[in-house]
Amino acid sequence: MSNVPPTLILDIGLMAMLVVVAFSVVRLRSLFAIVMLQGVYSLLSAAWFVSLDAVDVAFTEAAVGAGISTVLMLGAMLLTEREAKPVPLQKQLGSLFIVTVTGMALFYAIGDMPAFGDAHSAANAYLGTDYIAATKTDIILPNVVTAVLASYRGFDTFGETVVIFMAGLGIVLLLGLNGHAGKWRAQPKGQDVSNSRGDKS
Amino acid sequence: MNGLLEHFNYAVVIFLMMLGLYVVFASNNMIKKLVGLSVFQTSVFLLYISLGKVTGGQPPIIAEEDLHAATDGGHDVVAEGAHQAADIIYSNPLPHVLILTAIVVGVATLAIGLALVVRIREVYGTIEEDEIDALDYERNLEGAAK
Repeated sequence: MSNVPPTLILDIGLMAMLVVVAFSVVRLRSLFAIVMLQGVYSLLSAAWFVSLDAVDVAFTEAAVGAGISTVLMLGAMLLTEREAKPVPLQKQLGSLFIVTVTGMALFYAIGDMPAFGDAHSAANAYLGTDYIAATKTDIILPNVVTAVLASYRGFDTFGETVVIFMAGLGIVLLLGLNGHAGKWRAQPKGQDVSNSRGDKS
Repeated sequence: MNGLLEHFNYAVVIFLMMLGLYVVFASNNMIKKLVGLSVFQTSVFLLYISLGKVTGGQPPIIAEEDLHAATDGGHDVVAEGAHQAADIIYSNPLPHVLILTAIVVGVATLAIGLALVVRIREVYGTIEEDEIDALDYERNLEGAAK
């Protein structure tokens, strides 16, 4: 490793920024800052996707992950609260224990993964190259990702569209589009839960 | 040392995943929980995409001369095209397709989750999990019977 390739330096820089942003999300309590950092995290990962040759994924992540997700979360934050309350230490330590055990198990499995950029790994050798070779003659389209997404795996993409439709339907059923959103109050066992809390504070 | 260099991306991605998972477990605030889920999800995308990277590869968009060489009949032209195709290395397009679907489905689940949080806030007046538990317990909606 006498001459380090410049893309490796770029990768390491982007990874370092991702770690810093994710750590800030863990530590911060202002919801506005957390939501915006989530957008920054998506944008940084989109930049890394470009470096990893996944240009289609990069612009989808930049548009959907950094754009629409951030807008949805800002809207939800405006309808709810601005600040997260502090978490008791006991719960933090319990979560830290679970996460450490899970992380250790995953680190143990790293040895079985193919080397970074290995062209002959099982993931890269057979099906991926077959799709590239077939796209040249079957579907005369330069972009292999588009060809696989819209043609070879067209039913999968159709299912994805159904999922989006169902999500939209679910949101309409949950929030309502008739102008009564936020006015309905649940009364489990005849008790108004939100009012009882309003009297206390 | 060599093994570490070959696998450094997985180590970093797993660390990012665990940071996201920690936010999901440790925070009481539901919006922060969803942000943690989002960070976790994006880290899984990074894992898949870094798996499909080929050293010295190009994005899986076929070069124009390569595409024409493969389609413009003629045996020697095809042979020439095959020769060119051997020169150009493309990264694996399959993880990209899977993750494109996952990103879109991810934003759908996030939207449903946020709608649920807004509804919970309307009914309970709070989005902190422990306060909702306390309200449920106080009003005998869940847990010990009176």
